[in-house]
Amino acid sequence: MSDITADTAVAPPRPAGARTLAWLQNYGVYAAIAALIVVNIAITPHFLSTENLRTQLVQVAPVVIVSLGMALVIGTEGVDLSVGSVMALATALIPLYLGYGVGAAILVALVGGVAVGLVNGSLVAFVNVQPIVATLCLFVGGRGLALVLAGGRLKDVQNGTLLDLGSSSVAGIPLPVVVAGVLTVLMAGVVRRTTFGRQLVAIGGNRTASVLSGLPVRRVLLLVYVLSGLLAAVAGVLATARLQASDPSSLGLLMELSAITAVVVGGTPLTGGRVRVLGTVAGALLIQLVRATLIKHNLPDSVAQMVQAVIILGAVYAARGGTGR
Amino acid sequence: MTDPVPEQRNAGDPPVLEARDIVKRFTGVLALDRVSLSLRPGEVHALVGENGAGKSTLIKVITGVHRPDEGEVRLAGRPAGFTGPLDAQRAGVQAVHQEIGLVPDLSVARNLLLGREPRRALGLIDTRRMHQEAARTLESYGVRVDVRLPLRSLGVGAQQMVALARAVSVDARVVIMDEPTSSLEPREVETLFGVIDRLRGQGIAVIYVSHRLDELYRICDGVTVLRDGRVVHQGALADLDRLRLVSLMLGRDVAQVRAEGVTRFSGAHEAAGEPVLEARGLSSRHLLDDVSLTIRPREVVGLGGLLGAGRTETAKAIAGVLPLDAGGVTVAGLPVRRGSATAAVRAGIALLPEDRKAEGIVPTLSVRDNIALAALPRLARAGVVSDARIDRIVETFMRRLRIKATGPHQPVAELSGGNQQKVLLARWMATEPKVLLLDEPTRGIDVGAKAEVQALVDELAEDGLAVLLISSDLEELVEGSDRVVVLRNGAVVGELTGDELTEEAVMTTIAAHTREEVA
Amino acid sequence: MTTGQATAETPVTQDTYALSGRDRAFGLIQRHGATAVLVLLLVVGSLSFSRFPTGENLGDIAITSSFPAMVALGMTFVIITGGIDLSVGSVFALGGVLAAYAVRWGTVAGLLVPLLVCGAIGLVQGLLIARVRLAPFIVTLAGLLGARGLLLSISHEGATTYLIPHGSVLARLGQGHLFGLGYPVYLTLALFVVGGVVLQRTGFGQAVYAIGGAEDAAALMGVPVARTKIVVYVLSGMLAGLSGTLNAARLSSGVTILGTGMELDVIAAVVIGGTLLTGGAGSVSGTIAGVLLLGVIQNLINQIGDLSSSYQQVVSGAFLAVVVVAQTYLSRARRL
Repeated sequence: MSDITADTAVAPPRPAGARTLAWLQNYGVYAAIAALIVVNIAITPHFLSTENLRTQLVQVAPVVIVSLGMALVIGTEGVDLSVGSVMALATALIPLYLGYGVGAAILVALVGGVAVGLVNGSLVAFVNVQPIVATLCLFVGGRGLALVLAGGRLKDVQNGTLLDLGSSSVAGIPLPVVVAGVLTVLMAGVVRRTTFGRQLVAIGGNRTASVLSGLPVRRVLLLVYVLSGLLAAVAGVLATARLQASDPSSLGLLMELSAITAVVVGGTPLTGGRVRVLGTVAGALLIQLVRATLIKHNLPDSVAQMVQAVIILGAVYAARGGTGR
Repeated sequence: MTDPVPEQRNAGDPPVLEARDIVKRFTGVLALDRVSLSLRPGEVHALVGENGAGKSTLIKVITGVHRPDEGEVRLAGRPAGFTGPLDAQRAGVQAVHQEIGLVPDLSVARNLLLGREPRRALGLIDTRRMHQEAARTLESYGVRVDVRLPLRSLGVGAQQMVALARAVSVDARVVIMDEPTSSLEPREVETLFGVIDRLRGQGIAVIYVSHRLDELYRICDGVTVLRDGRVVHQGALADLDRLRLVSLMLGRDVAQVRAEGVTRFSGAHEAAGEPVLEARGLSSRHLLDDVSLTIRPREVVGLGGLLGAGRTETAKAIAGVLPLDAGGVTVAGLPVRRGSATAAVRAGIALLPEDRKAEGIVPTLSVRDNIALAALPRLARAGVVSDARIDRIVETFMRRLRIKATGPHQPVAELSGGNQQKVLLARWMATEPKVLLLDEPTRGIDVGAKAEVQALVDELAEDGLAVLLISSDLEELVEGSDRVVVLRNGAVVGELTGDELTEEAVMTTIAAHTREEVA
Repeated sequence: MTTGQATAETPVTQDTYALSGRDRAFGLIQRHGATAVLVLLLVVGSLSFSRFPTGENLGDIAITSSFPAMVALGMTFVIITGGIDLSVGSVFALGGVLAAYAVRWGTVAGLLVPLLVCGAIGLVQGLLIARVRLAPFIVTLAGLLGARGLLLSISHEGATTYLIPHGSVLARLGQGHLFGLGYPVYLTLALFVVGGVVLQRTGFGQAVYAIGGAEDAAALMGVPVARTKIVVYVLSGMLAGLSGTLNAARLSSGVTILGTGMELDVIAAVVIGGTLLTGGAGSVSGTIAGVLLLGVIQNLINQIGDLSSSYQQVVSGAFLAVVVVAQTYLSRARRL
């Protein structure tokens, strides 16, 4: 940067191309969803049927929940690779404690998620390990632990109350979707309206400045990873209820990648300093819609994966161009 | 406007490097306005000017980082047309910057010879010869070290010598040194001057950028003074006396400089009452050695000393971000928990850091969120922030500090340096601090904003704050402070107050101990 | 260039800041920590289990470790430049499927097709990272999905498993033995020797370190940053493809479900081997120790018998945690 430009009072207006990019960065994901919905209404039979919408939403709910936590972590310039393993851990814990009642089982599963978050958060906040490495430890170890707990087997879960969680509805909306919706509103409130939310984006934007400004940096980081672990555990519980089985060897596989994708496609930069909660939800929905559209039209999963890859790259490219970096 | 280039001892040679009528604009703002510069082989040419005068832009044009909008750079009589700094280097134009452009984790030898390593059969690197060659080269620069160690294990001065040795050994014809002595010990400066003399003897031209007048007069032949992107003087340095040089740089009349100085401080304050800040025996290995100081309300205490004397470290220790081995801080008689920035802020200590970009602003956030950052807990109830209260505070301070922005929601990264500094000041004022630690508050901001910030510091002290002022600008330090504590090697070596507080006295205090140290 | 008498008149700077004990300890642990623990485990394993120190068992550890080792070699280069390659697991699986698919056109095709395709994936990733300047994490994440998608479309959504005929040259490459060790073990060792020499003794290797240490400075010192990065990702892709090919040859078929999560295991091995994820430091000898260490842990857990093999992941995860905590504590500079 030249010393002259640094001293101009106000930045000059951005050229048109940059404005388009900035718009894409902010609203592109919503526009893409809208376009996709219009296209689907036109070409996909029964797209607007309640049945179909329910299926889509139920499928995307766990991804949304995990992505909310991931968005917070990425906002602090971190990443949480352990979310899939947390889901596995949660699902492995449930059958072990179902004997004490559904409430106890769910509580233990959530405590498991919090515990993983505490370990991740401590490594990041107090030991200063890079987030990617810190959470890699539990990515590797967490699923192993889940398998050890479960004895390496798939277990059927035959508890009526728990299964209801997966299949019941509130005012016609499936419960997992309701949970995802409530958590989204909650997280949006946390990011926008709480001290914690403001502090976490400041830490992601400039950690040194945050330390010097007296922010409780370590506490905030710890809490962010705990929240991420907790949300992943919630997703694990809901998925278990829906699948009516506890399968720690496959539940949540590649979930970290789906969540990161949703966050990035939703416009939260990987460099931290910004969290877009609604964008994240939209990112998860977009990926889900794309897959569903392709599958409905008999395009195989392989194509869906490759399209997803292109979307990720497109989103990151737009984000990079928009900020002029 | 420009004096003709005077005769020099090598005036007969054709110029090795010429910049002709360079014009450079950044998004409409004129950064360089028809700037010309000509260097003869073996000439050491001073390039001076205040921040924002266009020095670094000119260097960037010469080294190919920027393309000039008009005019051209010519090397040995031919248009240079550099496509980038690497291209310039290959043509023999080397820049040695303040931030050393080397790789800290690679060994000294590998840094020195990267890309030119001696080879064996099969093109493999001959490690032993590489080490011998590196050791030999560095020894001629007065640096005797184990060249197998990583570069970062050397002192800053030695690292800079490695950078210089690397730059010169690549067939340099022109070497540009940007503030080369800013982090050197006195004896390292002597070594550097020895090296520059050697370059002169080899017919290599040097552009020397520095604010240290003593150095300029010792080693430079010619001088170019830039101000606001224009050349305001060009000629032999010997024909220009110091006061005239300073007045050219500042764009002020010599008489005016003499009469009123260049700062906007009002003068002494009526310090009163018990000290609000007491720091006792601050010690941290290698950095601080038993530093104690007190500040009363309505008092501005300056910290004097050279770079590396421990001024920034003292401020950071008081603010709780530098780990201490011993010592402690009390605010209004109450001890502050050691090593916790949060506790310090809660006790009413505010630190305006030296490096605004790296340690101050949060670039992803708006002006509003940056201002509210430190005061968040007091603007919130049960962890939920009140937007109305934030808006009120932000509006108050944006008006009071005259922060120029399109609005509170403009990203802070888009503001000018001076306005960013005001945003940071506002961030602290919103916390209603008792103690304000200012580390180089006016560095790198334009003249107008500088005066405003200085006036503000004055005002804050009047309002009853205890202020610690760190400034490398001696004039600002002396005129802005009621009392100056001088540091050297992390320890307090003197204190000046009242009539004894003059620029000369500060310099004498620093210098006296410097000499003692050398002897 | 140098003038002898200058030294006489100029003062001498001799103050290498003495490396502190902590720095020294860090250097030692970083370079040799994994090796030391490996040796310790080998000794303990040999004393505890009679079936552990047999030639057959050790040969088994060597062959099963050789496949992740090849992948880890490429990853080491990538990580030293300060990057990361998440696509290697998918590329590994893709390499195996491609080899099994292409072997119908001959052994040469069976070897070359996966190498070329996987190299091309690396090339695309490298271009996006080095030229378009997208974050390696994201680009290779997309690569992970893309390569897996390609694999699925070749194998008819995983429904078709291509076989490598028994007794074919390719199968023998994967299954053959010499002095009790499989061919892939020798190839892996050779690759590591070459990798080590390239890293320490060539301009390319210097460039890899310099870019990871300080990219801007490296560019100013004339290091071809973009080209080096591209080559590094191509290498990583090709090594993952080669590893997948040989693994398929050993199993006689291109198994489509392999390699999921492998990228993170491989990164773990590289980090345990002392390569810093921040770039600029690391070695291939550390990486091989890291891979072997994880292999030995797995083998020992199998020796214990009644323990589920899942413990291996738990132990690896815990071990990785210990390593990174130790590394961070030892290297933590006095910040602020």
